[in-house]
Amino acid sequence: MQQNVSQLQPLGDTGFLIASLAKVILVFSVLMVVVALLTLLERKVSAWMQDRLGPNRVGPGGLGQPLADGIKNILKEETNPAEANGVFFTLAPMLSIIPALITFAVIPFASPLRLGNSVVPMVVADVPVGVLFLLAFSSLGVYGIVIAGWASYNKYALLGGLRAGAQMISYEIALGLALMSVFFVVGNVSLPEVVYRQQEMNLWFALPFSVSFLFFWIASFAETNRLPFDLPEAESELVTGYHTEYSSMKFSMFFIAEYAHVLTVSALMATLFLGGWDIPGWGRDDMLGFDARGQWVGARPEWWLTLLTFGMFAIKTFFFIMVFMIVRWTVPRFRYDQVMDLGWKVMLPAALAAVVVTAATVLALDSFGVQVTDRWLRIFPTYGLVLTAVNGVMLALVLWVLDKGHVLSGTGAMEAKRAHAQELARRRTARVPVGGAAQP
Amino acid sequence: MLRSYLPALIMLAISVANAIFMVVLSTVLSPGGRTKVKSAPYESGMDPLGGTRERFSVKFYMVAILFIVFDVETVFLLPWAVSLRPLGWEGFASAMIFIFILTVGLVYEWKKGALEWD
Repeated sequence: MQQNVSQLQPLGDTGFLIASLAKVILVFSVLMVVVALLTLLERKVSAWMQDRLGPNRVGPGGLGQPLADGIKNILKEETNPAEANGVFFTLAPMLSIIPALITFAVIPFASPLRLGNSVVPMVVADVPVGVLFLLAFSSLGVYGIVIAGWASYNKYALLGGLRAGAQMISYEIALGLALMSVFFVVGNVSLPEVVYRQQEMNLWFALPFSVSFLFFWIASFAETNRLPFDLPEAESELVTGYHTEYSSMKFSMFFIAEYAHVLTVSALMATLFLGGWDIPGWGRDDMLGFDARGQWVGARPEWWLTLLTFGMFAIKTFFFIMVFMIVRWTVPRFRYDQVMDLGWKVMLPAALAAVVVTAATVLALDSFGVQVTDRWLRIFPTYGLVLTAVNGVMLALVLWVLDKGHVLSGTGAMEAKRAHAQELARRRTARVPVGGAAQP
Repeated sequence: MLRSYLPALIMLAISVANAIFMVVLSTVLSPGGRTKVKSAPYESGMDPLGGTRERFSVKFYMVAILFIVFDVETVFLLPWAVSLRPLGWEGFASAMIFIFILTVGLVYEWKKGALEWD
C-alpha cells in the first residue's frame, strides 16, 4: 500500500492553540465524567460480586447515582476540626486532586487525527519528557495524603497518612525500576514512541517485559491505595484513614482523586505494556508522528483510524480498571509488615536483578546484530521472543523460588499449610491409644 | 519544542481552578454552624484521649531515608536506560558498578534490620 505521507505537516501556531484548547477541554470533561461513572461502576461491580443489585433507583440502571452523590456532597455540611491546621487542611484535598487530574495529559489515547494535510496528535501534551512528567506529578499525590493526615489533628488520620506515605514511596522505587526495561528498547521516554516501538516489534511489551509488567501492576495497586494495599484506609483499624475528618466536597475530592488515579494508571499500563491504542496484528495503524526533520514516520493517518484506535485504547484501559475492581473483592488486605517486606525485600532486589538481566539481553541481541524488525520464519518477532523467553524464566524464578509462597501466593498457600498441619495432628491423635481401638 | 508544554500548563490551570472551585463552592453552600462537640477530633464517638502530636515509630523516617537513596538511584539509572543501546557494553559495565555499590548498601540495611517491621 503506497501512501503519500510527504505532504503531511504539523499544525501552525494558531491551529496548535485551538487544537490544544479543544483537546484540554475535551479530555478534562471526559475525565470527570468517566471518574463519576467509575464510582458507579465500582458499586455495581461490588454488588455483582456479592450477588446483590447495587444502586438502581436514580435514573435508568442507577446511571444518575454519581450526579445525585455529587449534588449531595456539595450541599452537605462541612466540619472543620477545631484543632486542625486550617490552611493545610484545605490545601490537602486540592494537592490530592490536582496531580491526579493533570497526569492524563501525556497519555496518547488514539492515533493522530488528520485534518486536510495537517496532523493533530491525539495526546493533550506531546511533551518530550513523557513518562517522567507523569511520574513527577503522580508522586506529588503523596503530599496531599500525608498533609491531610497531619493537618486533621486526628490519630486515625495521622496513622493513615504515615502508612500511606511510607507505602507509596516504597513502591515508587519498584515502579521506576519496572519502567526501566521499557526504556531500554524504546530509547526514549515519550509515550507515543513507546506505542510505536510496540507496533514496530509487533509484540506488546507485556510479554517481552513480563517481570516489569508484573511489578508495575503490583506497584500501581500500592500507589493507588487499593486493596490489597489499602492499609492507609483500613476500615477495621483506622475508620477511613487519612480522610477521617473530611466531609462534604473535600471528602469527595479525595474520592475523585483516587478514581482519577486508577483511571490514569490503567491507561498508563495499557500504553506501556499492552500497546496503547495499537490494534493487534494490523500494520495499517502503525504510526509515530513527525521526526526531528519534520518527516512523517509510519502509515498515513485517517479520521476513522483515530476512532478505531480510541475504541481499542478504551477497551484496554477498561480491562485494567475491571481488574482493579475485581481484585478488591477477591484478595484480603495485607498486614503492614507484609507490605513493606514485599516492597523492599522482594520487589526491589528482584526489579534490580530484572533490570540487569534485561539490559544484558538487549545488549547481547544488539551484539549479535538482531534487529527489532527481524522476523523468525517471516512471522515471529525474533527480538521480542528472545526477551520473552528470558523474562519468562525470570518470572518463574520470582514466583516460585524467590517468593517461596510467602507473599504473592497469599491465603491459598496458607490454607494448604494449615490443612497439612491439621492432617498431621489428626494422625498423631489417632495413634494415641496404642494397642487398642481408636475412640470413635 | 517548548510549545508542546503549553497544553500541560493549560491542563494544570484548569485542574487548579477546578480544585479551588470545589473547595469554595462547598464552603459557601455548607449549612450549619460550629459546636464544641462537632469540631472535636473524631475518635469513634469517645472523648479524645491525649494529644495527636505524639512521637511515632522511627521506622517511618527510616523508610523515607532509604527511599531517597533508591529513588536517586532510579533517577540516575533513567538516562542510562534511555541510552543503553548507543552506550553499549561500556555503559553497561559502569551502570553495574553503580548498581553493585547500592546493592551493598541495601544488603547492609537489611542485615542491620532497618527493613524489619515488627
